[in-house]
Amino acid sequence: MSDWIEIGRLSDIPRRGARCVNTSSGRIAIFRTMVDQVFAIDNRCAHKGGPLSEGIVHGGSVTCPLHNWVYDLETGEAQGADEGRVRTYAVEVVDGRIFMAPDIALVAAGQ
Amino acid sequence: MKEKLVIIGNGMAPGRALEKLLELKPDAYDITIFNAEPRVNYDRIMLSPVLSGEKQFDDIVIHGDAWYIKHGIMLYKGCKVTSIDRESKTVTAASGLVEPYDKLVIATGSVPFIIPVPGNNLAGVLTYRDLDDVHAMMLAARSRGRAVVIGGGLLGLEAAAGLNEQGMDVTVVHLMPTLMERQLDPAAGYLLAEAIKARGIKVVTGANTRQIVGDKRVTGVELTDGRVLPADLVIMAVGIRPNAALAREAGLAVNRGVVVDAQMHTSDPSIYALGECAEVEGACFGLVAPLYDMANVLAAQLAGDNVATFKAEVTATRLKVTGINLYSAGDFAEGEDRDEIVLRDAAAGVYKRLILRNNVIIGTVLYGETSDGPWFFDLMRKQTDTEALRDTLIFGQAYQGGFPLDPMAAVAALPDDAEICGCNGVCKSRITSTISAKGLTSLDDVRAHTKASASCGSCTGLVEKLLQLTLGDSYNPAAVQPMCKCTDLGHDEVRRLIIAKGLKSIPAVMQQLEWKTSCGCAKCRPALNYYLLSDWPGEYVDDGQSRFINERVHANIQKDGTYSVVPRMWGGVTSPKELRAIADVADKFGIPTVKVTGGQRIDLLGVKKEDLPGVWADLNAAGMVSGAAYAKGLRTVKTCVGSEWCRFGTQDSTGLGIRLEKFMWGSWTPAKVKMAVSGCPRNCAEATCKDVGVICVDSGYDIQFAGAAGLDIKGTELLCHADTEDETLEIVAALVQLYREQGRYLERIYKWAKRVGTASIKANVVDDLEKRRRYHERFVLSQKFAQIDPWEERINGKDAHEFAALAEFGMPLPVEQA
Repeated sequence: MSDWIEIGRLSDIPRRGARCVNTSSGRIAIFRTMVDQVFAIDNRCAHKGGPLSEGIVHGGSVTCPLHNWVYDLETGEAQGADEGRVRTYAVEVVDGRIFMAPDIALVAAGQ
Repeated sequence: MKEKLVIIGNGMAPGRALEKLLELKPDAYDITIFNAEPRVNYDRIMLSPVLSGEKQFDDIVIHGDAWYIKHGIMLYKGCKVTSIDRESKTVTAASGLVEPYDKLVIATGSVPFIIPVPGNNLAGVLTYRDLDDVHAMMLAARSRGRAVVIGGGLLGLEAAAGLNEQGMDVTVVHLMPTLMERQLDPAAGYLLAEAIKARGIKVVTGANTRQIVGDKRVTGVELTDGRVLPADLVIMAVGIRPNAALAREAGLAVNRGVVVDAQMHTSDPSIYALGECAEVEGACFGLVAPLYDMANVLAAQLAGDNVATFKAEVTATRLKVTGINLYSAGDFAEGEDRDEIVLRDAAAGVYKRLILRNNVIIGTVLYGETSDGPWFFDLMRKQTDTEALRDTLIFGQAYQGGFPLDPMAAVAALPDDAEICGCNGVCKSRITSTISAKGLTSLDDVRAHTKASASCGSCTGLVEKLLQLTLGDSYNPAAVQPMCKCTDLGHDEVRRLIIAKGLKSIPAVMQQLEWKTSCGCAKCRPALNYYLLSDWPGEYVDDGQSRFINERVHANIQKDGTYSVVPRMWGGVTSPKELRAIADVADKFGIPTVKVTGGQRIDLLGVKKEDLPGVWADLNAAGMVSGAAYAKGLRTVKTCVGSEWCRFGTQDSTGLGIRLEKFMWGSWTPAKVKMAVSGCPRNCAEATCKDVGVICVDSGYDIQFAGAAGLDIKGTELLCHADTEDETLEIVAALVQLYREQGRYLERIYKWAKRVGTASIKANVVDDLEKRRRYHERFVLSQKFAQIDPWEERINGKDAHEFAALAEFGMPLPVEQA
């Protein structure tokens, strides 16, 4: 994991909440569930670009605050009748510290 | 001239007999009832849910006053008959009233058995028999003290569970080694004791009471082993005995109960007896099913049919404690000639036992999973040979035929004479044929016409399935719309249970009400958060993660992810200082749009999320607080200039609007609340399309409510007139509090008013001053914890994580992607 990038601590994000990692090509939402799983997805709803990090987190899903699309945080797939997906990113939690896979650097560079 | 029928007692058995008699022969008698209790006929089986707070007395009334009036029945309430004169055929009441009869029915019921130990007459020793007992217990429970329930049978355990729900520290003392030993075998008794203990109720079995200790008031219960259990309240629930004193004094044949034949005749041909006071072939009865059978026989007798006779049948028992499922019927002792089949699933807390003799079921005990109870009971009653079913019998009806039936098919497969409602002895074909013959379409219809599911309600699911089967797709269970996919319960049910069970957190609600998801969803969590906040002011800790983003960051999210900010402008009045501060903030943070809203204030649109605390700090510094333009709560109080400036103004509408807004801001409500005050009936503040509006008139204030001007357009309705500003404030607060307590989440006032009815609202906040005062008081209490400016809190660091990124990579973001 030597080249993974630390982005913050688990305790920085409230349970059933999210915070963003800002990159030059957009925001990535980092979610923490009730049972301390951590997921990272693009912060733009596939429907109208709503900020998913502002949604209500329930189980392993989030509901977009603009028009209530529901996404599975693990797969990035829209649930129910809505069709669409958002990009997901690999994240790991080690000793309460959150790491993202090195491809974040590529995203940050706009590629 | 009609014969005169006099009934002594107004319990469930004579009530049922009368109902049946009026059906068979409506005008046969001139009927008089003496009820020692000061009330109408109610469902005594449902006293336990009243004690636990799950139901109100009104919910369990069987015959309301109107029923007696409609049928021309004279009911003396709180009037105890003290003697019967069989010579002159009259009864005499305690009041001195003498009433002649042609036919007399004795239905004096039973009295609780008081164990003959010293101290059994101390203050604080109660029995559990009627509504007065329940009220006394609820009153005693307010002390939150210690209660000892003597008796671990059906009644004792229901009392214990109810007192526990009421907040008392409860111990059950039971003479036998296991609970409910008359209905349960030791294994199920053990499971039951564990479930009871898990609720925090202590259970002491094999315990004999030596005396009840105390000086005037009870202080404890001493057992024969020397232990003393401290108690502020003692409930005796060890059993009942027939109340036959009156009959005995009148010289009728009495053993344990009043002796009657199979047609309910006593030893005097003009006198009948039925119910718990009656003894048939040496047996007395306490469960409702045989008592209702007696009622049917008596009604037939009184209607002139001498064929019907009473025959004691086996009856099934259920415990009415929410969350504990048990069912037992028949004989379950072990014996030489008996086989048994037992299924245990410790993890799921399931225990099922069938007792068979010659392949015929003679008894069953089910714990944890009881849905097959009626099926086993049916096989037992019919003495069906179960040899062919033997291998899968214990798994229940759904597994017969090799593959599981869906629940609907299982109900369809029940034979026509299968008993559906045990309390009222209603079989399947009676329900289905009544549905067809009378064109019934709802559960309430079925209850009204057949009585099925009208007593303890545990067969409601079966009855609904029968409605579905009989009516097909045309059956629309007006039934409750579940809150969301996470639960089958509706909003009202959830709100009721939150109070009744004292649930004070979202996890507690989800656990106790058996939520189907681990963490709820975006529909139920905000609703639960509101209900808990509204019901437990000062106790419940708001769960920000269960709020919609607007209420979490106290601003309105816009389509591009930026926010709009609206400071309060009390009553729509502002000042040069406030306006300058707003202008400065707009310049400083590059806020692109400044707009006047419909509620008489100013909206700053396009604020970046990370700028919110800075914007609030500057507005706060100029004395402005959050306008809650995002909240399911009080929004604006719009006003006109009123008597201060206007030549038509009758009262100071601006001043009243400001008072209202300063009194009510910060309050969370089921949906947004918009108000207005107009200074005269010209109504320039448009008060007649608001959730609550006040129209000033010469003589005072007309309070209007339930208007709408959005998806729906609706003028308000007049709630009442108030003479003073103070009175107006009290009424509006009481109205909003009633709405806060009854409204479903996201239900606006006009929809709530339509659902509960304007009359019930007026009854609570207009007609009954005492109720109004209490609602007002509760509103004032909740405001103590609600009037905190959320902007100031956040400037001081609350929820800082909301307004800053976790990390930054690469170049700063271009604005359009922020």
